[in-house]
Amino acid sequence: MALIAAKHSSEAELIDRLRGGDEAAFTWLVDTYSPSLKRLALAFVSLDAVAEEVVQETWLAVLTGIGRFEGRSSVKTWLFKILTNRAKTRGAREKRTVLFSELEPEDRDGPAVSPERFLPPDHPSFPGHWSTPPHPWSAVAEQAAVQRETMEVLRRGLLSLPRSQRVVVTLRDVHGWPAHEVCAALELSEANQRVLLHRGRSRLRSILEIYFAEDA
Amino acid sequence: MAPNSDTDSLMHMDDDTLQEMACQELVEVITEYLDGTLPESDRVRFEAHLATCAGCREYLAQMQALIRLSGSLTGKSIEPATRDSLLRAFRRWKGAPTGL
Repeated sequence: MALIAAKHSSEAELIDRLRGGDEAAFTWLVDTYSPSLKRLALAFVSLDAVAEEVVQETWLAVLTGIGRFEGRSSVKTWLFKILTNRAKTRGAREKRTVLFSELEPEDRDGPAVSPERFLPPDHPSFPGHWSTPPHPWSAVAEQAAVQRETMEVLRRGLLSLPRSQRVVVTLRDVHGWPAHEVCAALELSEANQRVLLHRGRSRLRSILEIYFAEDA
Repeated sequence: MAPNSDTDSLMHMDDDTLQEMACQELVEVITEYLDGTLPESDRVRFEAHLATCAGCREYLAQMQALIRLSGSLTGKSIEPATRDSLLRAFRRWKGAPTGL
């Protein structure tokens, strides 16, 4: 991946090649960005087939609009902007547009870890400290023998998250987007992005904790 | 027992400028810590707490493991048929850039 990316270290060069009809440049873009684009589409539309269409429309819009791309934003940002606009239109038609700018109660409320796991605030020596510390599993989670099953638990856990959290965790942690790109793509404030990521990750951690505790 | 002035001033500093972070607070600011957006004074308290708390060190290690594991989940891409149809569209576009 690093090698292929290095070949396109200059985005301007990549765009020039695309304008010049270089199929390899187009294929590289499609293969590199389609998984992220599809994830993002699924944040706005419910059906996999519709998300697929939205991604396809995005790439067609890239081809017809490549002449207008001025390189003021990164290619990635430009792609996500096109997709977001299209996906929102489709989502509106499905009456399923979700405004990410407004957090649901399930995203806003609730602690990362149950208060019962901590000593009470009026504890004489250690208020707010663990009464039941985390069941240790970090050392084993990535061992080859358990990783496959762990990944399956994680995959299911991710699907069980409220949608806004799922999308933010997916973009940040599965696809490795930086915070500011998630904010831009979802039109989300920095603070709400962080809340959604925090709630989502905290929930996933507790799902893994339960899994490893049962396993032990 | 005579009060030890060094200890006194140290304790005083601990109370005022470096109030210890409780585990329950740490788990709520961990995302900011990992993003590098935690204010400096809280970052110092966070790390001071970690140094003394095995439970929170494990908690942090779990979050870091979770993020690495998430990063190795494979994202679902588009269907091969969609990809093929895009490449066909590309070839048409290449032939007549305005008439896709």
